[in-house]
This record gives sequence, structure tokens and C-alpha cells, in this order.
Amino acid sequence: MTLGIAFVAILVVAVAAGWLGYSRARRLRIDSRLHSLPSYHGAYAALWTAIPALLLLAAWAPVQSRLVDQAILQSPEGQKLPAFDMQRETILAEAREIAHGDREQGFNPESATLAPQIRAIETRYSMLGGGLALLAAVAGAALALRRSAPHFRARTGVERWLMILLVAASLIAVLTTLGILLSLMFESLRFFRLYPPGDFIFGTEWSPQTAIRADQAGSSGAFGSVPLMWGTFFIGAIIAMIVAVPLGLMSAIYLTQYAHPRTRRWLKPILEILAGVPTVVYGYFAALTVAPVVRDLGLALGVTSASSESALAAGSVMGVMIIPFISSMADDSIAAVPQAMRDGSLAMGATKSETIRKVVLPAALPGVIGGILLAVSRAIGETMIVVMAAGLAANLTANPFASVTTVTVQIVQLLTGDQEFDSAKTLAAFALGLALFLITFLLNLIALHVVRKYREQYE
Amino acid sequence: MNSAAHDRAVSRWMDAGMQKRVRRRYSAERRFRLIGLSAVAISVGFLAFLLFTMAAKGLGGFVHYEAALPIDFARTNLFLEPANLRGPDASELVAAADLESAIAQSATAAYGPAGSEMFGDGAITALTRKIVADPALLSGKPVLWLPVASSIDVAAKHDGEAKSEQVVQMLERRDALRGRFNLNFLTASDSTDPSSVGVWGALKGSFLTILVTMGLAFPVGVLAAVYLEEFAPRNRFTDAIEVSINNLAAVPSIIFGLLGLAVFLNVMNLPRSAPLVGGLTLALMTMPVIVIAGRNAIKTVPPSIRDAALGVGASQMQVVFHHVLPLALPGILTGTIIGMARALGETAPLLMIGMRAFIAAPPGGIASPATVLPVQIFLWSDEVDRGFVEKTSAAIIVLLVFMLMMNGLAIYLRNRFERRW
Repeated sequence: MTLGIAFVAILVVAVAAGWLGYSRARRLRIDSRLHSLPSYHGAYAALWTAIPALLLLAAWAPVQSRLVDQAILQSPEGQKLPAFDMQRETILAEAREIAHGDREQGFNPESATLAPQIRAIETRYSMLGGGLALLAAVAGAALALRRSAPHFRARTGVERWLMILLVAASLIAVLTTLGILLSLMFESLRFFRLYPPGDFIFGTEWSPQTAIRADQAGSSGAFGSVPLMWGTFFIGAIIAMIVAVPLGLMSAIYLTQYAHPRTRRWLKPILEILAGVPTVVYGYFAALTVAPVVRDLGLALGVTSASSESALAAGSVMGVMIIPFISSMADDSIAAVPQAMRDGSLAMGATKSETIRKVVLPAALPGVIGGILLAVSRAIGETMIVVMAAGLAANLTANPFASVTTVTVQIVQLLTGDQEFDSAKTLAAFALGLALFLITFLLNLIALHVVRKYREQYE
Repeated sequence: MNSAAHDRAVSRWMDAGMQKRVRRRYSAERRFRLIGLSAVAISVGFLAFLLFTMAAKGLGGFVHYEAALPIDFARTNLFLEPANLRGPDASELVAAADLESAIAQSATAAYGPAGSEMFGDGAITALTRKIVADPALLSGKPVLWLPVASSIDVAAKHDGEAKSEQVVQMLERRDALRGRFNLNFLTASDSTDPSSVGVWGALKGSFLTILVTMGLAFPVGVLAAVYLEEFAPRNRFTDAIEVSINNLAAVPSIIFGLLGLAVFLNVMNLPRSAPLVGGLTLALMTMPVIVIAGRNAIKTVPPSIRDAALGVGASQMQVVFHHVLPLALPGILTGTIIGMARALGETAPLLMIGMRAFIAAPPGGIASPATVLPVQIFLWSDEVDRGFVEKTSAAIIVLLVFMLMMNGLAIYLRNRFERRW
């Protein structure tokens, strides 16, 4: 709360410093030529006031929570808390929530006595942090304002800050990638300390049902990922592609080679709507409308094990979602085939379809294959359709009417619901996430390489 | 001299065999064209079928059936005095009274034993609202139209059980049943009773989440695009940024959910289920999309603009921020809106950070527990009660309308402001 007030106060000081810098420069301009416009003098003062102080405030917040915890544990009441980490943490968390007014009363009586203390210590530390930040703001303002003079290069100073901002914004992408890799690897390492990696990669049994209490029987789940990988591959790379590749490729051929430009202008955006429909809508549609039809079809064909959560239902709907993706990738690579090759074939007397099948498609093939790889990578990372329409049973089967499960379904299954964070079950989700990340990364890398190499061929 | 030509067989175009071959080739051509056309037709047909199914199932969700209920307030044990209900705490007083049994009594009196199950929670809230609005009702014997229970509502839409169907027929015979636009669906929040659920809570959660996403992803994305396109030197560092942006654009969305769970919730201890965390996670996901769109838009600004500005003495930064960026803005905005529409429809990463809790009140701010529309659709699709089927489809219609509006806005911006140099 106090930190919030400090934040607003810093902004107020920054606006005031900016105004002061601006009006001082205006006054300087009356009797001398300025290097920079007065607005740059103002912005210079405001930036030097706000940025260091806000950085200090942002760095203070995590430091403060650690300091408060330490102070609480050293206080006489804190000493009485149980030494066992987990228990102490829950009591502290409860006390913190009571202190912030998020809840009335905790399950542990100790938390009620700790709450007022936490509030007092937090107020003291946030006064300290907020005060320091505000001091930094005032100091920054004073330093910046002292420098305003006719020859002072305020614009260069402002532009230096802008450059720092630009680099920082670009760095966020790198930090996100690093964050994904590190957090996934860190949690996966903890998982592999509990469960051997060899069994995870090559094991064929997946049953993560661990016991709720440690002393319960059957508390060791099996985490063999092979059935999940197969299910993911079966739905995303086989069934979905059997639907999407012919439809997407033929749509692209028709739209680029045969359709009238006016028709094409209408049909292409309509096709792209398919890619814009939220996946949860596809999932609902697959579960409610497609799945029963597929099950009845399976039963009519004599497949007695036909499930209402079949791989075919999820995979075919996912294929439809992928159609516009394949279509636009194929569109690009067909457009990149040089016109001379097409003209040569037509001049020899080949019909249009013969030209497409024997000349254009072979020439565009690497691009099309790259597009298909990208589509596969998108399909295996897709979550909602399979969560809603594919099953939970980890079967190793090639029967499209049976139920299979995928990596993404299991991640959702393992992480939703109230779980303690350190159990093998939740950590397994991160190991699956790492596997998914690596596989899609590899697919994208190969696909981009194929596409780029092929583009160079004709340029 | 012509020996080679003499040896070659002369092509006889009028030959029967040749004619047959040409015909075969032409029909293959027509076949191929037909296959292409049918591929397009199947795809478009699927889209039409999807939209039609959702509309057919969901439009019922916007209609709610009401039944006429004569209530003789003198015979109920409500103990409410109209005079006491003029004050500000009237709604609490009415809510404390036992309206449920009053409704059940009156319904049994009017329609026999079946009446006791005709009305649900929705009727109680409606009656509360009516009494608060007009306390004078309490002193008379009014006939009030109250929303029926979910089972009757479903039966009135010809999808219910036999027992409820009979009640509906009985009500229709007495002319005591009418369908009304279900405004409650747009203004209420989640509930356990399908007849009184609404999308407003989820919609507000979606707005807050998208607001956070937009506030973070748009400035960061635009600044990163400016840096990469206008300032970045060719070196390893720039390559690393480019590789990670292109890679992030293709990372499955659920991975971002895992990142949010591990970093925002477990390391930074931000509140669970909050639009703040959801927005942060989605911002990381949409940022690469905005960067890529931004770079393409900046690339199309012709170099002559830059040269002219530099020529009259503008600095590099002034060139970019005063000239290039305003000209590239329509393209950037188009990409941003498309990215936001994607974030609006995203479900999986938000499930990971706990936005799937049952939340019966619209969120108060970006740090209070909330759910978003796609997650609400997912949660309702899991419900067993048949009343939820049409509510799920109706919520999907609301979501699709918003997606369509955003995409329409993007197309409008592109057509209205995009310049061809």
C-alpha cells in the first residue's frame, strides 16, 4: 500500500521536474540560443527523476518480502513457530493474507497473532523503501535541473534513455526464451531426481495416480511417456494431417491457379476465419457434435471398442483448424515458382493440371514440406481440442476409434486441481513441457531451414 | 536431308486414338479442377456448419421462459412490511425473507403438486428485485411473471424430460408461459444453476486481462520492432534476439502457461487466478506477433521519408518517432488487434495459472480472482446439467461476436489507412 503511494509520489515529482525543466529552458531561450528544444529539457529532467527511482522501487519489492520474513522469524512469536518448513510456510502465508485483509481468519491459531506484527513490520519496511525511492527521485530531479543551460545537450541525453528503452524492450524476447528454458529445465531436473529419466523417455506405462498421503499404498506412479508421445503424434501428425494436407493443398492450388481474382479475394479471408476461431470452440464442437458421429460410425463398422473420446474426432477437427495454415504456406511456395517454368510447360502443350502436377508442385515441394512441418508443430502443441475431445487413457494403439491421450492433455490434467507444488505429479508436467518445447523447437528449426534453402534456389 | 523427318511417325490429330487421349486429358483437367473446388467448398462448408451448429444450439440461451405465478402475499409467511422497504437496505431485508417457500406454496396452490419444482434460484432473485422495486406488491394478490427452473426451461425448448414436458404442456394450455429475451445472461456471472448464469463476470475478466496484455505487449512490441528494424547492428546479439522472437512466435501456448506458473506464481508470488498474471502471460505470448507485424509495417515505409527528414537535420530518433512510426502505425495496429483477438480466444495458458476457479462475482480489479470467457466456456462444457449446453453455445456466440468485431476493425483499419508507396 505504502509502496503504491510512493509510486504515485515519484510520478508526481517527475511531472513537476519535467515542468520545471521545460519552463527554465523557455526562460533561457529569451536571451540565448538553446542546443535542444525546451521540451527536451523537460523530458530530460522527468526521465532522470522517474527511471532510477522506479527501478529502485521495483528492486525493493522482492527484497522487502524477504526482510519481513526474516524479521518475523527472529521475533519472539516467530521463534515459537514449528521448525518444519512446510508447516511454517503455511502459517506465514495465512498470517500474510490476514494482514493484507484477503481473509478473515486462518486454520492455524498462530497466524492470528502474527498478522498484526506482519502488518507493522511491512509498514516499517515499505516506509523505508518508499522513502529511499522518493529520495532518489528528488536527487535525480535536482541533478538534472542543475544542468539546464543554453549549451546543454538535453536531446542527446533523452535519446540515450530512449535507446536504453529500445534495447531493453528487445531483450524481453531473449529473457522470455531463457525464462522458458530455465524454468522448464529446473523443474524437470527436480523431477528426474525423483524419477529416472530413462524410464520417463522409454517407459510404456503412464499412470500418474500417486497417493494423496505418503503412507498410502501404491504411492508410486508410473511416468513412461511413450504412450503420450504416440498419442500426440497419432492425433497431430497423422490424423490431422490426413485431413489438412489434401484439403489445404488443393484449396491453395484452386485459389491460386483456377479461381477468378474476385472469387479469390472473397474466399481467402473466409478460409482464414477457420484459423481465427478460438480453439475452445473447436474443442466444444468436436466433443459435442463430431465425437458422437465418429463413435456411431465406429460401431457401424464393427469396432466394438469405439470410444466417444476417439482420436479420430479430435484429430479431424484439429485438421480442419490447420487447413488455412497449410493453404497459406502452400500458396506462398507456389507463388515463388518462377513463371518461366510454368510457361515452358504450357508451351509444350501440357494442360493446366498437368503443369501443376508435374512442374509446379515438384518445384514447390520443399516449401510445402516445410509448411507441413510447421503445421505439425502447431498441431502437437494444440491443447484445448484434445483436452475436450480426446481421452485421458494412455493407450498405445493405432485404432483411430479408440481413445488416446496427448502430452498437452496430461500437462493440463496434472496441473489443474489442488496439488502441492513439489510432488512428482506436478513436476512431471514440467518434464512433459520441456519435451514438447524441444520437439516443436526442432520441428520449427528444420522447417525454417528447408523453406529458406528452397527460397534461395530461385532467387 | 529429310531422312529423320521421314522416319518419325506423323502425328494424326484426327486419329480416333489421339482424340480419345486428348479427351481423357481434358477430363482429367476438369476432374482436377473439380477436386480443387470441392476442397475449398468442404473447408468453407465446415466453417458454415460450425457456425450454424453454434447458432442453432446457442440462440436458445438468449431466451428464457417465464411462467405466470399468482402470489397471495397475505397468505405467505414473509413478515415483510412495505413501509420498512423504503430504506437503502431493502434488498437485504427481502433477501433474508423466505421467498423460496413462498414461491413453492403459491406455485403448488396454482398448478398442483408439479408446481413445487417449477421455479428455481432465478425466480427468487427476480422476485426480490420486483419487491424492492415496488413494495406495494406485498399488500395485494399480484400475478407475477417469474423465470422458470432450468429443467422446465429446457423442456420448453423441446429438449427436456417427459415429466417437465408435461408441466410445459400444462402451462401452455393455461397460457401461463412466455419466452423473453434473457438479459440476465449478459449481466450476471457464473452460478451453479444454469437458469441464472451469465457471461458478464467472465467478460469483465477478459477485458481486464486483455487490457493488461495490451498495455504491456503493445509498447514493448513496438519498441522492439523499432530497435530491430532501425537501430540494431548486425551482430551475434541481434541474431539472438531475432532467433528468439521467431521461435517464441511458434512456441505452443501451453508452454507460456507453464512459464507463468513457474515464474509469476511460484517465484514472484503474484496472486493466483488474477487478470494481472493472465495478462502478463498472454503479453509474453502476443509480443512476438506484434514485433513481427511491426517490423513488416516499418519495412514498407520508403527510405526517401527517412532521407528527407535526415536532410533537414532531424536526429535518428526524431526520424523514427516523428516520421517512420506514425506512417507505420496503421500496419502495426492491424497486427496488434489480430494478436489481441488471438489472446482473447486463448484458453490453455490461463488454465495453467489457475483461472479456472468457480467465481460467482465479476472481478473488482486486476489483482482479484477472475475467469475469462474462453475458460468459462470450457468450464460450462464440463457441466452435466443439460441447461448448460445452450448456455455454453450462447457464450461461444458472444465470444465469436467479439472476435469478429476485432477482426473486422483490423480489416477496416488496413483498408482505410494502409498506404501503397
